[in-house]
Amino acid sequence: MSEMQSVENMVSIKIDGVEYKAKEGEYILNAARANDIFIPAICYLTRCSPTLACRICLVEADGKQVYSCNAKVKEGMEITTTTPNILEERRAIMEVYDVNHPLQCGVCDQSGECELQNYTLELEVDSQSYSIPDTKRETKNWSSVLHYDAGLCIVCERCTTVCKDMIGDAAIKTTKRGGAALDKSLRGNMPKDAYAMWNKLQKSIIAPSNGTENTDCSDCGECVAVCPVGALVSRDFQYTTNAWDLKRIPATCAHCSSGCQIYYETKPTSISDRTEKIYRVTNEWNYVSLCGAGRFGYDFENRVESKDTKAFANAITAFNKAKVINFTSVITNEEALMLQTLKEKKGIKLINREARAFQIFLDFYSKASGNSLYTTDFKEVMKSDFVMSLGTSLRNDNPNARYAFNNVQKMNKGAGIYFHPVGDTLVPTFGRTIEVFNHKVGYEEAVLLLIIELFADKDKLPNSVKEQLDRAKLVEALGGDSAKFEKSFDKMMKKKEKFSLIVGEDLYFHQKAENIAKLIAVLENCSDIKVAMIPPKTNSLGVALICDLDDEADGFTIGYNASGDFRLSALGDGDLDMPAMNQQEGTLTNMHKRVTPTNAGLDYHGYTLNDIMKEVLSAPTHTIDWTPLLPTDKGFKAIDFDSLPNGYSNDGTENRGYLLDTSTVEVGDIEVNKFDDSIALDGEIAYRCNPQRQFSDFTDKAHQIFEEFALYASPKKAESLGKRVVVEFDNGNLELDVKVDDRMAGDIVAIPDFKSAENIYELFGASRYQKVIIREV
Amino acid sequence: MGLEKFKDRNVGTQNYIKLDLTHPPKDGWSKFKQVLSRAVQPELFVGLWVTLREMNNALFRGKMHTTQYPLEKLPISPRYRAIHDMLRLLESGHYRCIGCGLCEKICISNCISMDTRYDENQRKEVSEYTINFGRCIFCGYCAEVCPELAIVHGGRYENASEQRASFSLFEDMLTPIDNLNLQQEYQGFGAISPNADDNIKKTPLAY
Repeated sequence: MSEMQSVENMVSIKIDGVEYKAKEGEYILNAARANDIFIPAICYLTRCSPTLACRICLVEADGKQVYSCNAKVKEGMEITTTTPNILEERRAIMEVYDVNHPLQCGVCDQSGECELQNYTLELEVDSQSYSIPDTKRETKNWSSVLHYDAGLCIVCERCTTVCKDMIGDAAIKTTKRGGAALDKSLRGNMPKDAYAMWNKLQKSIIAPSNGTENTDCSDCGECVAVCPVGALVSRDFQYTTNAWDLKRIPATCAHCSSGCQIYYETKPTSISDRTEKIYRVTNEWNYVSLCGAGRFGYDFENRVESKDTKAFANAITAFNKAKVINFTSVITNEEALMLQTLKEKKGIKLINREARAFQIFLDFYSKASGNSLYTTDFKEVMKSDFVMSLGTSLRNDNPNARYAFNNVQKMNKGAGIYFHPVGDTLVPTFGRTIEVFNHKVGYEEAVLLLIIELFADKDKLPNSVKEQLDRAKLVEALGGDSAKFEKSFDKMMKKKEKFSLIVGEDLYFHQKAENIAKLIAVLENCSDIKVAMIPPKTNSLGVALICDLDDEADGFTIGYNASGDFRLSALGDGDLDMPAMNQQEGTLTNMHKRVTPTNAGLDYHGYTLNDIMKEVLSAPTHTIDWTPLLPTDKGFKAIDFDSLPNGYSNDGTENRGYLLDTSTVEVGDIEVNKFDDSIALDGEIAYRCNPQRQFSDFTDKAHQIFEEFALYASPKKAESLGKRVVVEFDNGNLELDVKVDDRMAGDIVAIPDFKSAENIYELFGASRYQKVIIREV
Repeated sequence: MGLEKFKDRNVGTQNYIKLDLTHPPKDGWSKFKQVLSRAVQPELFVGLWVTLREMNNALFRGKMHTTQYPLEKLPISPRYRAIHDMLRLLESGHYRCIGCGLCEKICISNCISMDTRYDENQRKEVSEYTINFGRCIFCGYCAEVCPELAIVHGGRYENASEQRASFSLFEDMLTPIDNLNLQQEYQGFGAISPNADDNIKKTPLAY
């Protein structure tokens, strides 16, 4: 990766007479920011397309006025950030933004971190020269989390931009406001750009793009994060506190394997209750985008006031006689290492289903390809211009993979192919050149063969693969029309340079996992495609690397956030309480192959796993003393927790923890099996898949996440199923409510696994798809 | 600066005015005469007369000058900074505080705290407000920063109590609703100046 960065050409530019280096083809604004030079800008979002709504980022480049957010740097360019004319424009723009903006900063949630306040002061606006009759603008609640105060909105369009270019929902758009028209005499009498900006501002307002009063979206709240003023706020947060009262604690989100950078913002609960409470979660929105679970699912802490010595003594007894530890992937690397130590010293077996499946898959992949880990990360996927997704329900499994898929379409003029048995109505809307294959369950190998056929250098292919390649037949087998596909594929391939493939959990929980892993290795060997894998749950990658997991085990079981004879639980329902992820420090290994630190947002006064370790074996004083002990042969580094950074620099470089070391060894030829459709499933099929915003018991505990534990189906399928159904598996039954997921299509139904108590993994066994019988009750 | 000024150490040559003093008395007799002439002057009796007159006025004519604290109290300056008052809007009777939190932020002894919430009328409501008078140093910053002149300093300087908590609640500081007509506009620290109108540049309005 570092190689690729150095390949990118650097050009030299002059900003205000000083020479700087900048990446070729970068916008002036980003080049200036990377060099710590301030150019005011309101509407621009890094990683999204420039909208030119605010026009305040005016600069002079080689004697011509340009908008720095959409003008690219050129070799030898001379840029002046302020000229008298530019200053006049900027001042007029800020005056216009202040026209009719309510002056009740005292009650506004954004006060103190408001960009309108900041720029008004920065540009020293102390008088107003413009006026226009105001329009009545209503406040609205768009969804369970979004509150929009149109009166405060400055229509910078950051919310609509992020929703379209990053999130992919495009759930909000600018619409007509019906405001008074500008006085024609102003044209020519006021600065030109300010007039143009005002003219547009006066006409527009933001509204849900489906034409109703409510947004149809994944409730990620990213629009709230990017809003420069108080127009968009979370309904739960509104009016509860001021920005400056909150303490920001840098952390890593604990819900999925993206491991996004977040801040827990805390303050005492109330005047009478001085215990700290998390009021909201914020993020560095220029460089990372959160999902609804990360942003709103923060209050999953386990409040424990004192050490329960009796329960602790029981725990020590339990650990001394334990044969098995059953745990989930919502665990830090340090805790995983403690469990591994228990295994090494006391022979306790470790069970973690999702991480085990991933571990086996990684192992198959490493053996075939010689790479110790998958070759690319999702930051690189975002830079590609042709992205494919296989074996993952992109919308539900991992928000960041979905954002990457969408961002490629929007920002890189990219193309994409989405392979998945479950129909999805959202993915095709990400871009114009997206092909969707809703193939049969069990045809994942055929998909890989098709990808190999499309992209690989045929001469390099092993014979066992070569003989299986027949493009037309494969396309037809996957449910496509070969003639039509041929045509659209030609269109998709125009001007494409960087290719990537996202693969997910379906492949790890697959009967033919080994063969699939080999096919991926072949694909990488013989083509330019880079493959990124989505670890199934929060720290599955870390667990898979650190722990030596077992498949089956019998005997006295300790469950850590999972079922067992003695239960340690951070959910507050176990035999001994444990701190939840927002109450402990440690590191997590995310899907970007990065080991990121997280800090304790809230106090915890009970026992931790390290306390148990101290009694059972021996352990250092703190949990984080384990950080430098993480296995270096697996790519971890012997770095102290306290020296791990957690932030981004101005050019967008991620300075969070460290990247795992990866290594490559030479391997021999890869022999793959012949694809046969014997394992394909027909009939009624259930898919183990969580609704958006639900990942585990912890998201479920958060009060703003309310997606139920139910059977999710497409509107058509739901209608045929009725209200409540019994789902019969080979080894058990499940009674569930039927919920409609508007964005699903087809007949496959989704059954969530976020409630560990329901033992969904047992029902599904070694596959994510199961044949079931569904009947109404 | 050169060193000349430092080297000129002759600091005693300023233009002093010398008093034309007579010589002090030398012998015992002239000393006695000086004491007698200074002590026994008619002015002594003028003073004694004033005392007698005022005693007469106070005791027999009811013209007492001593303030009979605590039975009576002197009026204090509007700029005096004692226990805070929370004012109400005269028109609606609603409390003025909008919960902006500026007093909480500016308080240098960190003694103000408030809880706010989104209320049923979609407004920001101050659900709780306290000042810890064990810490308050009566600096007046809260009154100065308050954009609504909601928190002001009142004249209740008698803050000896068994518990300082008796003063600290919002309701205690708030003008009682039945005394709303007696609420005085604050003139002290942070109040708008008498010529405020002249100093303000008005925002142009299109309606």
